[in-house]
Amino acid sequence: MGRILLYLSTLCLLLGPALTLAFLKAGRAYPRLLNRSAIAAGFLFQTLFLIHRGREIGHCPLTNLFEVLIFLGWSITLFYFVIGHGYRISLLGTFTGPLVALLQLTALLAVTDAPHPRFLPHPAWVEWHAALCIMAYAAFALAGVAGVMFLAQEHRLKTRRLGPGFYEMPSITALATVNLRLIWAGAVLLTVGLASAWALHPQVSAKIWIWGGSLWLLYLLLPLARRWSPRRLALLSAAAFVISVTALCLVGHFGTGASMGGAAL
Amino acid sequence: MKIICLGVSYQTASVQVREPFAIAESVLGRSLADLKAMEAISEAVIVSTCNRVEFYAAAEDAQAAYCALLAFAEAHSGVAPVVPDPFYLLEDDDAVRHLFRVVSGLESMVLGETEILGQVKKAYAAATTAQTTARHLNKLFQRAFNVAKEVRTRTAITRGPVSVGSVAVELAERIFGRLAECHAMVLGAGETSELTARALLSRGVKSIFVANRTYERAAALAAEMGGEAIRFEECEKRYPEIDILISSTAAPHYIVTREKMIPIMAQRHGRPLFVIDLAVPRDVEPAVNDMEGAYLYDIDSLQTIARRGMDERKKEVTRCEALLGHHVTEYVQWLGEAPVWPGEPGRIHQELRNSGKEERTEPAT
Repeated sequence: MGRILLYLSTLCLLLGPALTLAFLKAGRAYPRLLNRSAIAAGFLFQTLFLIHRGREIGHCPLTNLFEVLIFLGWSITLFYFVIGHGYRISLLGTFTGPLVALLQLTALLAVTDAPHPRFLPHPAWVEWHAALCIMAYAAFALAGVAGVMFLAQEHRLKTRRLGPGFYEMPSITALATVNLRLIWAGAVLLTVGLASAWALHPQVSAKIWIWGGSLWLLYLLLPLARRWSPRRLALLSAAAFVISVTALCLVGHFGTGASMGGAAL
Repeated sequence: MKIICLGVSYQTASVQVREPFAIAESVLGRSLADLKAMEAISEAVIVSTCNRVEFYAAAEDAQAAYCALLAFAEAHSGVAPVVPDPFYLLEDDDAVRHLFRVVSGLESMVLGETEILGQVKKAYAAATTAQTTARHLNKLFQRAFNVAKEVRTRTAITRGPVSVGSVAVELAERIFGRLAECHAMVLGAGETSELTARALLSRGVKSIFVANRTYERAAALAAEMGGEAIRFEECEKRYPEIDILISSTAAPHYIVTREKMIPIMAQRHGRPLFVIDLAVPRDVEPAVNDMEGAYLYDIDSLQTIARRGMDERKKEVTRCEALLGHHVTEYVQWLGEAPVWPGEPGRIHQELRNSGKEERTEPAT
């Protein structure tokens, strides 16, 4: 049942962007409603899966890498709805959908969905910490998406090869603003997540602290580097997300189940 | 019932030929009433814009309606309209197709422009106010507006800029988003730079500086556009304040160089600068485009984008035609099947004529 929900979600998340690209290639107007509806349907299936899994295991579904990737995908979609709506960033969903679908397909096809052998029941704060850190990752992921969009649009402006969909894309100024704000939002969430872990469970392994701390420093430095150009920030935010997902997977591989949220526990 | 169109447009006649037939908005109601009062005309709409004058009519007898329309046009203008060139006479599916093409912008000077839709809507509103339409033209025009909407949403006929000014505006919006917080500067008071500046102003640019070698000319243009004139020697000092630079001076060498721009770009902290070089020979060194945050477009690149936009629109015409064709068939079919109601003006005229009691209504001149 759970996997079917995830396959349906993946299908919807790919369908919206695929239709959008087909429409734009055919020279037709950006099907905003269609795209948003498909992603909303994908989000609904993700939510149903998480509720189903949460009831099954009796707490927040963040007990293994499989669940973490799904929760991350869900958080990215949630951020997309908040940011995409708030800032009217058109085509953000077209870039976000495939990323979330990729995370889900990785979880479905390449990751074993089994309870972590070292997983033990834990207090509520651990779930809180893990959920906060995953939300931070989601914000960083969307910042990475905005960064990639910025780089693509900027390249077309510089080379004057405008191509299909150019006039449907948001302005590079809006993308730079969203990129920076998402990094800030992620940095704040990650700070709270890591601080709560540090305050409530200081005996966490040093290896994990190094991962979490490095990631925190990396993202905190990005928005603080005020003199950096939007282009450099976009490039770094895209690169930082790749690094952070790699870190997440490594910690997921070596760490305990509930610790993967912020690479902290 | 027959649908007839008598018209003249920029495609068939020069403005000198068209202008006597143009009908000013102030006399449109009266003209419609005069046209409707003609015996052969059951319903009428007059579309009069700077590019076309067209009379649409619904009538029982097409031949009589043609004569009435020609007589009306002659009486109104004092010039006898020459058919078939430059005036065109269209009937039924040809007239319907023509109207659908007009509202969709396929007959416009700038292919796919949408201003014409508003103008035809206004013309139709005037006709309904003057009560010169009934169900045949009501259905025709309402269908035409739906067709225009469908064509706009289902094809790319209106998409993409097709003039230098609109390309500049679109690019500025892709760089800055809303232009309400942007400041622009015009270097050199040329015609194209003025048009481009006006296009940007119409999209909400916050302020505009004008610099010219002759200060008086800069002051005159600035006053016209509601901007601020500055001395040419001072323009470089103002570069850090601006977001869009439009240059079109007659200088024989580059006046904006990479070397000059390095300290200016450094002061901008990543804020983009959009440089539009309309001058020939060019005013801006091409290497400026290699600087981070600077986006340089010269006249050739703007014209290329505009031309590509027009080519894209031309490719869409076939798709538009296919959409129109379906609606034309549907409307003409409905027209053929629609019974004439007892109260319809055409029927009343017919009945009066048959009974020999009809009052003679002279067309107004």
